[in-house]
Amino acid sequence: MIPSIKQNPFVKTIYNSYVVLFFIYLALPLTVVAVFAFNDSQFPSLPWEGFTWTWFFGTEQPWLGVFHERRIMRSIGTSAFVALCVSVLSITVGTINAFLFERAEFKFKGFLYVLMLLPLVIPGIILGISILVFSNFVANGVENLTGWEIEALRPGLTLVVLGQFSFITTIATLVIAARLKKFDSSLEEAALNLGATPWQAIYHVTLPFLRPAIIGAGIVALLMSFENFNTTLMLVGSDAPLTITMFDRLKEGSTPVLNAVSLLLMIGSSALALVMIFFQKGEKS
Amino acid sequence: MNENASDLDCIKVNKKFGDFTAVNNVSFSVPKGSFFSILGPSGCGKTTLLRMVAGFIEPSAGDILIKGKSVVNEPPNKRPVNMVFQHLALFPMMNIYENIAFGLKRRGEDSATIKQKVGEVLERVGLPGVEERQADQLSGGQKQRIAIARCMVLDPDVLLLDEPLGALDLKLREHMKVELKKLQSEFNTTFIYITHDQSEALVMSDQVAVMNEGIFEQVGTSRELYYNPKTAFVAGFVGESNQWSGIVETVKKDSVKIRTNDGFTLIAQTNGEVIKKGQNVKAFVRPESVLLGLKANDIAKMENKIKGVVGNVLFNGANSRVLVRNPKDGAEIDVAIPQTGEFASLNKGQEIHIGWQHDQATCFTVKEDIQQ
Amino acid sequence: MIGPRTKLGLILLMSPLLLWLTTLIIIPHLDMLYVSLREKVGVRLYEFGFGNYMTFFTEPLYWNTFARTAYMSIFATFLTLLIGFPIAYYIAKIAKGRMKMALFLLCLVPFWVSELVRTFGWMILLRETGVISSFLQWSGVVNQPIEMLYNDGAIMVGLVYTSMLFMVVPLITTLDSLDDSLIEAGYDLGGNGFSIMKNIVIPHAIPGIVTGSIVVFMLSLGNYLTPILLGGKSSLWFTGMIYSQFITRFNWEQGAAFGFLLLGLSSLIVWLGLKFSGQTLAKTMG
Repeated sequence: MIPSIKQNPFVKTIYNSYVVLFFIYLALPLTVVAVFAFNDSQFPSLPWEGFTWTWFFGTEQPWLGVFHERRIMRSIGTSAFVALCVSVLSITVGTINAFLFERAEFKFKGFLYVLMLLPLVIPGIILGISILVFSNFVANGVENLTGWEIEALRPGLTLVVLGQFSFITTIATLVIAARLKKFDSSLEEAALNLGATPWQAIYHVTLPFLRPAIIGAGIVALLMSFENFNTTLMLVGSDAPLTITMFDRLKEGSTPVLNAVSLLLMIGSSALALVMIFFQKGEKS
Repeated sequence: MNENASDLDCIKVNKKFGDFTAVNNVSFSVPKGSFFSILGPSGCGKTTLLRMVAGFIEPSAGDILIKGKSVVNEPPNKRPVNMVFQHLALFPMMNIYENIAFGLKRRGEDSATIKQKVGEVLERVGLPGVEERQADQLSGGQKQRIAIARCMVLDPDVLLLDEPLGALDLKLREHMKVELKKLQSEFNTTFIYITHDQSEALVMSDQVAVMNEGIFEQVGTSRELYYNPKTAFVAGFVGESNQWSGIVETVKKDSVKIRTNDGFTLIAQTNGEVIKKGQNVKAFVRPESVLLGLKANDIAKMENKIKGVVGNVLFNGANSRVLVRNPKDGAEIDVAIPQTGEFASLNKGQEIHIGWQHDQATCFTVKEDIQQ
Repeated sequence: MIGPRTKLGLILLMSPLLLWLTTLIIIPHLDMLYVSLREKVGVRLYEFGFGNYMTFFTEPLYWNTFARTAYMSIFATFLTLLIGFPIAYYIAKIAKGRMKMALFLLCLVPFWVSELVRTFGWMILLRETGVISSFLQWSGVVNQPIEMLYNDGAIMVGLVYTSMLFMVVPLITTLDSLDDSLIEAGYDLGGNGFSIMKNIVIPHAIPGIVTGSIVVFMLSLGNYLTPILLGGKSSLWFTGMIYSQFITRFNWEQGAAFGFLLLGLSSLIVWLGLKFSGQTLAKTMG
């Protein structure tokens, strides 16, 4: 049960092997994805035909590496652009929301807080279709009235950014508000007392205190945006982010290029996650 | 306009939170360059008063003048007062230099001047060269001095201190008391110090105000408060005392005879109050004012005499006490043991004689029973 | 504490939140409700009515898919809890120090990469020409390729895998807060492993179990990738129906109605879960 209580060695062995099996189960799919990125074969499957870098650097069809696949490289750029927009927007709004919920008193605060949490319990695909339906309604309305076609309201990157922003902001708000709750407000009073204006106090004292949470929320937003599929699927136009492109490719049939992209994704996400852990360590002190 | 050279004047300052009056028409003046303490139990309104001076709370009524100029309409960042916070509030995201330079930068001073001033103030608080350190790399006493330096570098008219020693351990606290007093006289700035710890207030202050339930009970020097308390609260709160509640039996020119509910009678002096027969009073006797005698003869001259029994002996070096059981009401009387060696071997259960003169017991009228 | 002092300040501080919630959450959902209540009676001709919802109840394919999605999701939630609980318990109560931190991070690692990559991994493992099939042939257990993809089992494996993090993390958090001395006291007073699990550990872990289950259920219900890729054409997942109404058939009225039904079911389960465990949304998420 716990280390201080003796346990039947047989039960203990079974338990330990279960834990080991579990972690194998966790690691297995990712391992095969990574390994087959280096298999010198047209299909990501056994037998092993030998090690190759061709799925990264190959230049000739059908041995075209990921760095020379125009469509995939382009969609990585699109994903990065979307992720950056979502990240900046959601930490900005999230920081403002954190101040609103921690520093202001107003009617219906509890109600508004629950409303703010709702995007987390709405399935992503529904967020996607509702925004699609509404933006289409507005775009048609504007077109019928004025004859102008608002491109941004048709499926495309603007809608993808808005769709992802609509639920990632909740997460950013929660992360930043949790940190603001821990803030010792006498630090702000000390700043005022030493001659700072309220804005200067927030800029020089409160925001630096929030920085680890803001960076953490920004990285979480980047990761969530990069790997989002459900909401994006309903709102995407001609410029597809990476997950959509990979999904389309996967439906056409899998090639080791997909393994190579996946491995790059894993490395990228892990690097970002490490940065985040680093900043969260800073947050503790 | 005001030439009386006081740094801070509070005139009928009042603060209500709903129905609760936290500070009730308090008026006082603090002369320039003095160390002024406000002493009171928690919840007495001293923090509210201090925060009104700093500008974090707006008074419901009354006026606050700093160097003769009203500041009640000034926001906290415009007032010429600075504050050392209870937990110091050193900015954790800045190093020591940035902490001390914070206020100077807000004033827009140029960086060469700032650098020079920070260096000077660190020198004065005895911590030269710590500019690059982080606050958490310093000891409790050093942080204390940085918090003071951060304020003093701005050359405030008044420095407010909100129980800054509360978080320190006992030994360091004793040390910092002396240190703070030294810093105050060196900077020659008016310090307003609030605390619930009487020894902090008594040791450091030129003037102490004892505050209770939103009013100032008495303002005076430490000596006055200790030897000449004006109210029952002050007598009970400042220093230690044996206390009796009772009814006045007879009144003489400078003394009264009191009978307690348990039937013990004692003679005490009054403190300028007009006391009539039959009034409820409370009498206070300091442990060190009680004379101890092994024989009845030793205390023959005393007006109050008790033949008692030694209860517990509380050994504490120079502050050793003996609790003497009074057979007349069964209560224990706290008596300081003189360091003459004569009483070095008191034993529990031993017979002992104690006594005091009427002018070592002071009594005050009370409306109802004051809870202590 | 510095905060808004005037009405105007408060309004300014609140405006991003209101703008976000009204234009991206509230109005789109109301609009979707409105669209779902329009019946198509001719070309570009609509009437108000519940026809789209009636279609759902009268067409067995829709109705069955909906029910199937629901019970598959419930089963996946249950399975995730069953598999994840011992792991969470091991990390919270048995592993110590660095080992504990390392195992916890290992649990998180798979979820730093896209769900698509994870699903792709399972496809490589499970398909006819996949790693497991090849391995079984090589070891002589079977003598011809076997297809393990495109069935409910594959969907279940994928759903459980994808949801594991969201079950394990809340469980670890609540189990961590259980004082070891309570378990020791249980033993000291004569309890055995089973009774202590049942009477001390599980009651303590209820908030974590509820939080984890709600999140896992919601994610499974709303999942699209895993059922489509691992279940293949016959996966019959309700999100797939919504997608095809919107994108393939361009019947937005019907799709919006489906969307509302899915949202209704999801909200109902969240609400029930919170109600039975006596928790609030704010407490569970915050």
